[in-house]
Amino acid sequence: MSLWPQWVLACDGDCGARWALLNPKGPIAAHEKGLIITAFALMLLVVIPVIFMTIAFAWKYRASNKKAQYEPEWDNSTKIEAVVWAVPAVIVAILATLVWKSSHELSPYRPIHSASQPIQVEVVAMNWKWLFIYPDLGIASVNRLVIPAKVPVSFKITSDTAMSSFFIPQLGGQIYAMAGMQTRLQLVADQPGSYQGLNTQFNGDGFAGMHFETVAASSQDFDSWVAQVKHGVTPLNEETFKTLEVPSENVSPRYFSSVEPKLFERILQKYLPNAAAAQPGQHGMNSTM
Amino acid sequence: MQETLFGKLTLSAIPYDNPIVMGAIGAATAMGLLVLGLITYFGKWGYLWKEWFTSVDHKRIGVMYIVLAFVMLLRGFADALMMRMQQAIAQGGMHGYLPPDHYDQIFSAHGTIMIIFVAMPFFIGLMNLIVPLQIGARDVAYPFLNSVSFWLTASSAALVMISLGIGDFSHAGWSGYPPLSETRFSPGPGVDYWIWSLQLGGIGTLMTGINFFVTILRMRAPGMTMMKLPVFSWTILVTNVLIMLSFPVLTVALALLTLDRYLGMHFFTSDLGGNQMMFLNLFWIWGHPEVYIVILPAFGMFSEVVSTFSGKRLFGYHSMVYATVAIAVLSFVVWLHHFFTMGAGANVNAFFGIATMVIAVPTGVKVFNWLFTMYKGRVEFTTPVLWTLGFIITFCIGGMTGVLLSVPPADFVLHNSEFLVAHFHNMLIPGALFGYFAGYAFWFPKAFGFRLDEKWGKRAFWLWLVGFYLAFMPLYALGFMGMPRRLVHYNNPAWQPYLLVAAAGTLVILAAIVCQAVQLVVSIRNREALRDVTGDPWNGRTLEWAVASPPPFYNFAHIPHVQSLDAFTDMKDRGVAYEVPASYQDIHMPRNTAVGVVLGGIAFAFGFSMIWHIWWLALGAAVGALGALVLRSADDSVDYILPAQDVARMERERRQLLAAHEQADTSSESHLAHQG
Repeated sequence: MSLWPQWVLACDGDCGARWALLNPKGPIAAHEKGLIITAFALMLLVVIPVIFMTIAFAWKYRASNKKAQYEPEWDNSTKIEAVVWAVPAVIVAILATLVWKSSHELSPYRPIHSASQPIQVEVVAMNWKWLFIYPDLGIASVNRLVIPAKVPVSFKITSDTAMSSFFIPQLGGQIYAMAGMQTRLQLVADQPGSYQGLNTQFNGDGFAGMHFETVAASSQDFDSWVAQVKHGVTPLNEETFKTLEVPSENVSPRYFSSVEPKLFERILQKYLPNAAAAQPGQHGMNSTM
Repeated sequence: MQETLFGKLTLSAIPYDNPIVMGAIGAATAMGLLVLGLITYFGKWGYLWKEWFTSVDHKRIGVMYIVLAFVMLLRGFADALMMRMQQAIAQGGMHGYLPPDHYDQIFSAHGTIMIIFVAMPFFIGLMNLIVPLQIGARDVAYPFLNSVSFWLTASSAALVMISLGIGDFSHAGWSGYPPLSETRFSPGPGVDYWIWSLQLGGIGTLMTGINFFVTILRMRAPGMTMMKLPVFSWTILVTNVLIMLSFPVLTVALALLTLDRYLGMHFFTSDLGGNQMMFLNLFWIWGHPEVYIVILPAFGMFSEVVSTFSGKRLFGYHSMVYATVAIAVLSFVVWLHHFFTMGAGANVNAFFGIATMVIAVPTGVKVFNWLFTMYKGRVEFTTPVLWTLGFIITFCIGGMTGVLLSVPPADFVLHNSEFLVAHFHNMLIPGALFGYFAGYAFWFPKAFGFRLDEKWGKRAFWLWLVGFYLAFMPLYALGFMGMPRRLVHYNNPAWQPYLLVAAAGTLVILAAIVCQAVQLVVSIRNREALRDVTGDPWNGRTLEWAVASPPPFYNFAHIPHVQSLDAFTDMKDRGVAYEVPASYQDIHMPRNTAVGVVLGGIAFAFGFSMIWHIWWLALGAAVGALGALVLRSADDSVDYILPAQDVARMERERRQLLAAHEQADTSSESHLAHQG
């Protein structure tokens, strides 16, 4: 159910691919879309009258209209002043409440309530591709993120290159991937489907090709995908990781049948000055939730 | 040997192999040579040197700033045009005509140039031209410093231009986020060009900030209390406070990045304890006030324009002043909204989100006050008024999208998207540039003694307005389609129609800029018909209109006594506007000096040699700069006394001109006003 009239969407069947932000496929993205629409509507309460007044005042008091009142000394009115301070202040107060509530509800650190146990995915931004490690399943993939639908996904995100930003528009908001730091993101897909994922933070020549497909699969399909990947022949170990570190562009999906344990932590710690500071997740950017 | 002499500079730094870059260099060089050739042909070098380059007159310096802004606008706009053309075609199998390596430099240069070398010099130029006149002063507090500031800005603009042909410019975006801007990812000279042009220009701007802060606080005409200070000068005062508080932060952030890049330190690297987010914090602690540094002066210009052309006092002057100050204070507590997505906690994000939307309140008050200034006025639809109306309507849309982005979870999906690109252009083009264009048309006669052609001015306005909507509204839509910014190529046919419209919009803006060039030529040719003999072409309200156009170099023969906010309107009402004083006094004037130009040249040499690691030249330039300052300090003939009888003679000549004009013009009740 879309709150937007059909003509705004003006597309036949492929709206999802086209108006990504207006066609959320998960509760986080749906909440974010609702927030955008509410905020827009509140602001239009001021903006539309102002635009109308601009045109009306300029036209009514045009120099050639000698019938209009002319009071060159009139420069003050407590009543008008009170209204012009109060109206924006009230709107902003309402919006501020909305900001406070939604910032906490949609914090990327806040776990999603669900009957199912969340699946863990570790994300590494590399030059210029995304590495996804499934620590509990012991597999990994490049540039294709496969997740079970209706199951919350708990992401840990870092970067092995310049700052990048991990974003799946139809599932929810983005978060930066930064070397030596770990950020978190919680998403869930409502239904099986294929959703575009991308990097939004410019990070060098290969930036434009740094996107990936997110496939939300039914639990059976997901399980069989995991089994299939595990049957593969390429492990993700020091040697294969070195090949990933070589910059490459527009990379096709790749899969790894096993993953060296604690690889994600090793990538994080690579950038830290000494072991004492090397406690991932203790960067001071943790949620207060 | 070669390395000692030339550092990292070799002939291979010139991109011979890139036809697009070489074409741009060719065009820029040809235009430069044409200008130089014309100056030589007309034998104007001596005149330019004596009357302009070495001038410490705030009006001349102001004009030079504005010329610099227009030249750099052409460069920045050429970059915009190239990006739009690339995105219009680079879909699917088509990869466009720009490789990523070149495209990255273009968007980095475009942002740097438009903010630092167009917006800044444009308003600083208008501020130089008008503020001392508006407050009834004969010059700025530190005329020599003013000249140095200009030449530092000009030489840093030259550094950006020369990066086209020697080496390259930064690939790391105008905000230069580490670690991308560190040597690990950007080993070339590009980021160094960015650092040194920002650094040297920033120092010039900081000195200007100090200069005008002191000027406005200390040099107002007698009787001009702070609450009788014209609103444009108020916005300028607040702007300069922002400059003084924020530019040192940029200086430090760039200096730390310089240490990382030159001495292998680790302030912002990802490793060895450095933290990239520290740079983002510092950069935006400067960067967000910087937005208001370029927008507040435009607010002041709109206020002057709307009041003058409504023939009415500004509505809610006190509110305007408080709103300006409130915006300035708030501008320092919102920087984190540039990176809500770094993963800060919900409390932090909520604080910065709310602080950001609170700015909408004083801004909204300003908009309402402009509207109520027109209310019960007599609005003349001159070019400056059109810019103002276009601004108010368009800015409302930009403000709305801005408040939307200040909601952190909304920003999570809109950040780094084309929506964001549309938003900040929607603030800066109407909010800053339209204001400067209004100020340019409004004050042009003051600088040159004749008005700009209205017909071409209005054509330029309409094309700019339509072009703006065509170029940026599609980008809002693309944001909702999930298109990120800075893409050199994309695989989504649904985006392309919108990008084609946006490209068409830039062509309409190109036509607008052509109209502005034509306007200038037509106005110069018709200058006799457009002549402003009275010095008051618009029935002005503030003191800059009390003097001739162009004003005498000493501005005021007699410093006026101010009794009202609209000081000049008040003087006209009391019939004392053109009163002849009983006697004239000697005037103490600063002498022109070449030290400003010399320091600019030295700064250029220093920046260039630092970029290319030519250490002997950098050291020489630093010693030279110090030497020039010492010599200047030891110079005792930095000023002179203009004798009272010379002032009397010049003022008599002006009165004769005015009298002759009034005789020829007796049939018309007002001078040249109301022709718009």
